[in-house]
Amino acid sequence: MNKILVIDYGMGNLKSVKRALEECGANAIVSSDTNEIKNVSAIILPGVGAFADGMRNLTNLGWTEALLEVKSKGMPLLGICLGMQLLSEKGEESGITKGLGLIPGKTEKLKPRHYERIPHVGWNEIVIKKKNAIFDDIPNNADYYFVHSFCLQPKNEDDILATTPYCGQFTSMVCNNNIYGVQFHPEKSQKYGFQLLKNFLRLN
Amino acid sequence: MLKIRIIPTLLWKDFGLVKGVGFDSWRRVGSVLPSIKVYNLREVDELILMDISATEENREPDYESIAEFSEECFVPFTVGGGIKNLDHIKQILRSGADKISINTAAYEKPRLIKEASERYGSQCIVVSIDVKRELDGNYYCYSHRGTTCTGKTVVEWVQLMEEMGAGEILVTSIERDGTLKGYDLELIKLVSTNVSIPVIASGGAGNYLDMHDAILKGNASAVAAASMFHFTEQTPLEAKYYLRESGIPVRNSNTANT
Repeated sequence: MNKILVIDYGMGNLKSVKRALEECGANAIVSSDTNEIKNVSAIILPGVGAFADGMRNLTNLGWTEALLEVKSKGMPLLGICLGMQLLSEKGEESGITKGLGLIPGKTEKLKPRHYERIPHVGWNEIVIKKKNAIFDDIPNNADYYFVHSFCLQPKNEDDILATTPYCGQFTSMVCNNNIYGVQFHPEKSQKYGFQLLKNFLRLN
Repeated sequence: MLKIRIIPTLLWKDFGLVKGVGFDSWRRVGSVLPSIKVYNLREVDELILMDISATEENREPDYESIAEFSEECFVPFTVGGGIKNLDHIKQILRSGADKISINTAAYEKPRLIKEASERYGSQCIVVSIDVKRELDGNYYCYSHRGTTCTGKTVVEWVQLMEEMGAGEILVTSIERDGTLKGYDLELIKLVSTNVSIPVIASGGAGNYLDMHDAILKGNASAVAAASMFHFTEQTPLEAKYYLRESGIPVRNSNTANT
């Protein structure tokens, strides 16, 4: 059975991520200890909350260096929601905060157009921009559950896996080698959310 | 395109689910866990669970039960009732809720909304308001489960709440609650035109047309309903079919005939 680590850095709802992974057949452990890396085959960085708090907690726990190592080792890492945003180089939420720097680009506030409300809350589709094994058995334009006000703007178009039509369009999925990020919540997105998690578990 | 959400509301009191009329005359309508499981199977867009006795009994949210419920809830889950401070919010989120809903405590300490949204992000802070129209013709907010007039008009209050960082407003008409007579469209519209955050319409839904009107006439981003799903044959899935026929964007459900 796949053993997978959900990083606990004090930011929000880890339980539903763990439960969803278990439903997908994974053996999920929740821990804040960087030493657990050697016991698992993939890592999930979940999270809700503020960018600066998230980075501070990750740094205090030693995760900023540990995740750089994860990247160079090639182990699959999936950032969810705030977890995706933290992959960027910097966040522009109440001042500028340095991010993990695993995906070139920055995190900024969504810019609403006419009648669009922020936060972006609810079900919206993802438009697939690039082929990837993480999309196996997932149709284009499948709906996922979003709840956020910020998004990761990648520097390289090549890192964009999918976009979502809101505030013009924003990047809802990124991938740079073994580093993945999703702005939506696969753990709350039912059938296609679970499919995406299963695909992620199969990556290595 | 962002879809309109249809949200069953579960009112939780003394170990079971209840539903009343005008925030009173509660009837038992089942147990929490089986209901969550059913709505889960039916792939509803979102669920709201309100612990309506917590504030009354002046106790903290029941984290253990919330954790037990969220274990079974694979749809987005908003939990409210009895939340008074940042620690309560932290514990509810850690118990598995995706969003928390605050009502009474916001009147006692509006800055709680600011502190909460700074700490946990606006996106998980729902401000719930219970509203009644008074003889002067204005809509006023009520606290303590609709029993105490706060003296705040709806417009001043929702604007302040948005400024403090609320991520959504759940607006319930006390007079329409449980009547199945339709949402108070004037109230819903008043709220949605005065904030730029999403608005969830609540109180009075009796049929699919009421939902249609709350969205198109009231500009709601989501429609919540309880009695309509508890006491009639109507279902969230059929509501979607109806709304889709009217050209309103709804989420494709992945399961058939549920």
